[in-house]
Amino acid sequence: MAKFEGYKDIYVFVEQRNGEIANVGYELISEARKLVASIPQMGFQVVGVLLGHNVTDKANDVIAHGADKVIVADHELLEGYSTQFYADTLTQIIETYKPDSFLTGATVLGRDLAPRVAARLNAGLTADATKIEIDQEKVADGEALLLVTRPTFGGNLFGTIVCPDTRPQMATIRPNVFSMDPVDTTRTGEVVAFTPDFKDTDAKVVVKEVIAKVVEGIDITKCDILVGAGRGAEDCLDMVEAVAEELGGAMCASRAVVDDGFASKDIQVGQTGKTVRPSLYIACGISGACQHVAGMEKSDMIIAINRDPQAEIFSIANMGFIGDVKEILPLLKEEIIAAKKA
Amino acid sequence: MKIIVLVKQVPDSTEIRVDKVTGTLIRAGVPSIINPDDLAGVEEALKIKEATGAHVTVISMGPPQASGMLKELYGRGVDECILITDRAFAGADTCATSSTLAAAIEKVGYDLIIGGRQAIDGDTAQVGPQTAERLDIPQVTYVDKIMEVNDKSVTVRKSLEDTEEIIEAKLPCLLTTLSGMNTPRYMNCNDIVDSFSKEVKIMTFADLDIPAEKVGLAGSPTKVHHTFTKDVTAETETYDMPAADAAKLIAKTLKEKQIITK
Amino acid sequence: MDFMLTEQHKMMKKLFAEFAEKDVKPLAAEVDEDERFPRENVEKMRECKMLGIPFPREYGGAGADYLSYILAVEELSKKCGTTGVVLSAHTSLGTWPIFAFGTEEQKNRYLPDLCTGKKLAAFGLTEPNAGTDAAGQQTTAVKDGDDYILNGTKIFITNAGEADVYVIFAMTDKSKGTHGISAFIVEKGMPGFTVGQHEKKLGIRGSATSELIFNNVRLSKDQLLGQEGKGFKIAMMTLDGGRIGIAAQALGIAQGAIDEVVPYVKSRKQFGRPISKFQNTQFQLADMQVKTDAARLLVYQAAMAKENGQPYTYLAAEAKLFAAEVAMEVTTKAIQLMGGYGYTRDYPVERMFRDAKITEIYEGTSEVQRMVISGQMLK
Repeated sequence: MAKFEGYKDIYVFVEQRNGEIANVGYELISEARKLVASIPQMGFQVVGVLLGHNVTDKANDVIAHGADKVIVADHELLEGYSTQFYADTLTQIIETYKPDSFLTGATVLGRDLAPRVAARLNAGLTADATKIEIDQEKVADGEALLLVTRPTFGGNLFGTIVCPDTRPQMATIRPNVFSMDPVDTTRTGEVVAFTPDFKDTDAKVVVKEVIAKVVEGIDITKCDILVGAGRGAEDCLDMVEAVAEELGGAMCASRAVVDDGFASKDIQVGQTGKTVRPSLYIACGISGACQHVAGMEKSDMIIAINRDPQAEIFSIANMGFIGDVKEILPLLKEEIIAAKKA
Repeated sequence: MKIIVLVKQVPDSTEIRVDKVTGTLIRAGVPSIINPDDLAGVEEALKIKEATGAHVTVISMGPPQASGMLKELYGRGVDECILITDRAFAGADTCATSSTLAAAIEKVGYDLIIGGRQAIDGDTAQVGPQTAERLDIPQVTYVDKIMEVNDKSVTVRKSLEDTEEIIEAKLPCLLTTLSGMNTPRYMNCNDIVDSFSKEVKIMTFADLDIPAEKVGLAGSPTKVHHTFTKDVTAETETYDMPAADAAKLIAKTLKEKQIITK
Repeated sequence: MDFMLTEQHKMMKKLFAEFAEKDVKPLAAEVDEDERFPRENVEKMRECKMLGIPFPREYGGAGADYLSYILAVEELSKKCGTTGVVLSAHTSLGTWPIFAFGTEEQKNRYLPDLCTGKKLAAFGLTEPNAGTDAAGQQTTAVKDGDDYILNGTKIFITNAGEADVYVIFAMTDKSKGTHGISAFIVEKGMPGFTVGQHEKKLGIRGSATSELIFNNVRLSKDQLLGQEGKGFKIAMMTLDGGRIGIAAQALGIAQGAIDEVVPYVKSRKQFGRPISKFQNTQFQLADMQVKTDAARLLVYQAAMAKENGQPYTYLAAEAKLFAAEVAMEVTTKAIQLMGGYGYTRDYPVERMFRDAKITEIYEGTSEVQRMVISGQMLK
């Protein structure tokens, strides 16, 4: 006898805007496939949930990305995102089909919608998961308990959260955490149309205007990954920047580089520049003068590359590499690209 | 107009470090601060107060020590501070917290509720929307500008991944605010002096019309299975190897640490 | 005797420290380098209602105590000596005498604008030939009907040109010596009142220090502050309070230097280890902090005595003498501990060292303080 009678399958909210499906939905479907494969005895399916207007034809894409079934709510009130109408619809779908767990991308939309639905259902919701597993010990009892791991305290502490007493088990997952499996257009699956029943069709919130975001200059104090250039990297700043870009971070510089006119004061780190504390700081050709170290020593992880084995930077770096940045950086860029693909 | 601002006292997570030897969080000496997204909400409420004469009430749920933080909000010029505190509320997840907050908010009365998008200790961003759900009022999350407020509605700018939306919401509603949207004012000497003749109002479980199974640990569907700290390298190691090997080792390490994802 | 700050003082201190860290510190080097008055800091202080801290709410003040104001000067001076003296000169030299000696009409006319920071105040006593010997005033105010005609020159006036309201001392009756000195409230823009050239100084370079020139400035009798002939007493009493402010400035500079040097010695390595591991560094730091803490007790004691209406002339002199000399000593040692780096403008301690020197000179030199202290002892 299953602990939660009638609840089954892993559901994934497939986020779309203007008919375009966000990758995170497919990433979650790929992950859900791995999860159901880890509990074959439960016989779970992966179900995509697609809300919108004139989106039914997208259901096949969802199947091609790994869903066994897609529930589509196609309604004019679901054309653009609305907390009110999306929450109403999603709650009704969950109440009708009783998913065992429900995954949503931790996008601005997902983080607006999922908590609202969870509260209405009094279901447990874990935010911003970075890892999801199923407790294999509980499977024998007919229970697919999700072990959902998420960072807290600014990424210093990780908590693994469970919802032992309620269903569905809900979680939001950040984009790019899980990888997306290749598309298989030969896959087939079931498409189920769902007609929502809105308790109130009067919109309480109206989007008046949508504006493209203006990209502003990079604030290095807010970057999680920084690649710092010192005087020893002045002749390969393009490579420093390229590595930073590959890592999704930004380039910063020591005072010497700024004084020499190779970088703007905005990206200077140190006593007379800015103080940064990223998760990763790669110091390239930086000797490690007090001046500079004062601005970056609290970085979580410091990797230093310098030609001088005596460079002071090696005493504070978690990993130090004696070598020429001009040689190492281009190779590092290639290695990063390769590692991303792997 | 009655504005309620939801505020949480949090440890300054930028000051928290993991002990490289024991692998535990170093909490000693970490200052408690007003959650930045919430403080932005307080600032917006005070701006509306200056423009319209609105009454600003701050509500916080937390241990009794949080009343010090609320005193400081009096020092910034808010009209009323309420601390919801009771052992019965301990161990609440966002589901139970939102039920508790909503019960207190109903007691106080409101036209507009402002809360921070998320707290820097839990980072869930769930309490705002869940409180709105409990109160059955509309919400706009990720607000980075309040453009207009009148008796009937509020017009705001919401910040999404690549776009911004100008949104009009009917009152009463709940907004969640982003810390970058303003520079919160300092306390000021006059309000600091006055804060010492104002009381932080305490609300306990007995003051709220809410069943015991809705609050605290009992009202929380999520449970913490276990926790662990992130892996930090204590040692310093210096390598002298060919450039190609160095590049490989760096990439491998970053992949292991999930800095390179995909 | 309670040496602990009250909860209210702690909250005030938190405000001042936060403001100093976020707004004052980032500007400090620029204000010094460019010899520029930090007007934006004054605006922020106005928002924080810091420009009338010890004055009653009815005159637009915060209604807090004198120690709260002293804490403000201390916290500002930790980051920027210039900003510290702007507040000190405005509050205890410019505004306080109007509060203490003004008629109700004068108080209602001037204090609300000064306490809310709409206007800034200054104090003019020093003349080319009347420094420490303040009795040798050559500025004159000659009676003309119901008015006075003011002529003369004041020098080294803090907030000169930036202030809107000036408390100015002048001889109304030369035959009576110090009893012939009277105080007047002079406003910016009065015909015949001009500000001379900006002094180039060693430290507190952002502070506006200039001559005030009075050329037949006509003052109505309403501008007379206190009774005719009581000016010298008003000046001396005002300076007693002002000295606590300068003592707080010196204290702040000393602590500010220590706050800079401690993280430096922990990260600076020589001979393979942080210089904080050397006993010389440790002993120097200990001495610096002990003296600064001792200065703090003297400064707070003087502030509390003033607040409580007890005699404080002697306590203010002690506080200023000691704090100023500690500031000089501590900033000197701070540079020494930081070596060549400390001597450069990459680090703020060389500015603190330059800023510290004036605290041994203005509002009564250290020698004057010794005269006041020993005078009390030998009375």
